[in-house]
Amino acid sequence: MTNGVDLGRPQAQTVGSDEDVVRVRQLVRTVAVAVRLSLVDQTKVVTAASELARNTLVYGGGGTVEVTAIDNGRRPGIKIVFVDSGPGIADLDLALTDGYTTGGGLGLGLSGARRLVDEFDIQTASGQGTRITITKWSR
Amino acid sequence: MALSADESGRLGELLTSRAEQVTQRWTEIIAGQLRGRLSQAELVRQVQELHRALVDALGKGEVDLNAEEATELRAVLADLSRGQARQGFSATETATGVFALKEALLQTLETDQSAATLRDYVAFSALIDQMGLFTFESFVRTRESLIADQAEQLLELSTPVVKLWEGVVAVPLVGTLDSARAQVVMERLLQTLVDTGSPYAIIDITGVPAVDTQVAQHILKTVVAARLMGADCIISGIRPQIAQTIVALGIEFGDIATKASLADALRHVLRLTGVETSRRQPRRES
Amino acid sequence: MERVPILKIGDILLVSIQVDMSDETAVALQEDLAERIVATGCHGVIIDITALDIVDSFVGRMLSTIASISRVLDAETVVVGMRPAVAITLVELGLSLNGIRTALNVERGMELIAIDRADDDHHEEWDDGPVAGATASP
Repeated sequence: MTNGVDLGRPQAQTVGSDEDVVRVRQLVRTVAVAVRLSLVDQTKVVTAASELARNTLVYGGGGTVEVTAIDNGRRPGIKIVFVDSGPGIADLDLALTDGYTTGGGLGLGLSGARRLVDEFDIQTASGQGTRITITKWSR
Repeated sequence: MALSADESGRLGELLTSRAEQVTQRWTEIIAGQLRGRLSQAELVRQVQELHRALVDALGKGEVDLNAEEATELRAVLADLSRGQARQGFSATETATGVFALKEALLQTLETDQSAATLRDYVAFSALIDQMGLFTFESFVRTRESLIADQAEQLLELSTPVVKLWEGVVAVPLVGTLDSARAQVVMERLLQTLVDTGSPYAIIDITGVPAVDTQVAQHILKTVVAARLMGADCIISGIRPQIAQTIVALGIEFGDIATKASLADALRHVLRLTGVETSRRQPRRES
Repeated sequence: MERVPILKIGDILLVSIQVDMSDETAVALQEDLAERIVATGCHGVIIDITALDIVDSFVGRMLSTIASISRVLDAETVVVGMRPAVAITLVELGLSLNGIRTALNVERGMELIAIDRADDDHHEEWDDGPVAGATASP
């Protein structure tokens, strides 16, 4: 497990295999607990991270995930950044549509993950890789 | 906004040498405003504490309320406003308690007139304004957290989940359902299903005055989530106006069971589970 | 890679998922289960996910696939023990787990399968219509 995590700084995890997706989930869970997210919100953010980490692996050909405990002065939260240098997403609107998939999945990864978090930002272009930032605040 | 080392030296000197005169006048002004709602002893203690913290901060040279040197001063101010917020004083009363120092200082300064006096007074005044605003902010923060606490307590009180029968739980919803409350209800209901092993839940909305799209969505999501867990939800107590809104908003309740009253819903569930229910026949006297 | 154990209890296969599954483990479970259904001739599969703190779209799809496969092999699948937080998240995610039967706990899951088998036997005895039992959804 990822106990003894230093919450003061961002935690990085490379995503290169199946097991790494599990590690990302565990890391996100640890930080989510530390910033006192409710159980439901923990579950939502870990699920979103699982979807996006798998996207990083399957579509981006691997990459890195960075998890940070943040605070906006009013409440704490968790910020997660997924970066890959894969082929990128050519049509973002289409990729964010429920049920759209190129990889034989359910097509809920991006659109579903977006519904599970408070802030969702995606930067991508064809051939330029993808960078997704999600944030979930404690209530 | 910061006081230069020179200025803070002079203010510190003034506050120390005329300590008694300033604090006394300061106390008098506040006492006049509060009209006896704070005991004299308590008031004197607060003013003296503030006076001491201010002098300490001034003794460190340059003074900026946001700097590290003023940590102690900020703590005293925050403490003061917290106390007043909890005791029900208004924000204005709390802040003017700090502003009263200006008047007390002015009277002290008037006795020794010199060219530098006016400039000093303006500088001191700026610091006191800063202190007053800080007090105001602490006050608001305290109030906000008080309100948040109360809202949470209210939420706890207003969402009971009760067991109606073996395997049947119910949530009688009363009052306005906003997003936050709907979420709490949803979580509590689902957890109760697990804890009691009940495969049936009745959501009774007799006491809900209005339903908008968001609330209806929350109820629908609860029903779907319950199904995922292997439990069935029945919605009861839909009032005519709410039925009209639901149809007007185009919300699909799909195959979710709805019943007119909680009693009907319970009877429906009992029938499903095979419990016999019958109206009691009036007993015939023989 | 860890493998999820499959227990046989009477006419039922019980799978209790205790680990944080990698996708590989999930796929392996799918294959193992199909083999065990055929090997044992069991008519019911109970998948206990009480210990799972998340179900994402991959695991959701695996559960749907297992249900479909076992239905083809004449076994009924019931997923039991889903946590409230997981259910709420799945709803938000937009995953409806179509065609999967669920129950609150293992005991209720067993009841469900028992009732089903009883109905089935009943149909086989009395119904000779061609549509009997052809109502399974995808």
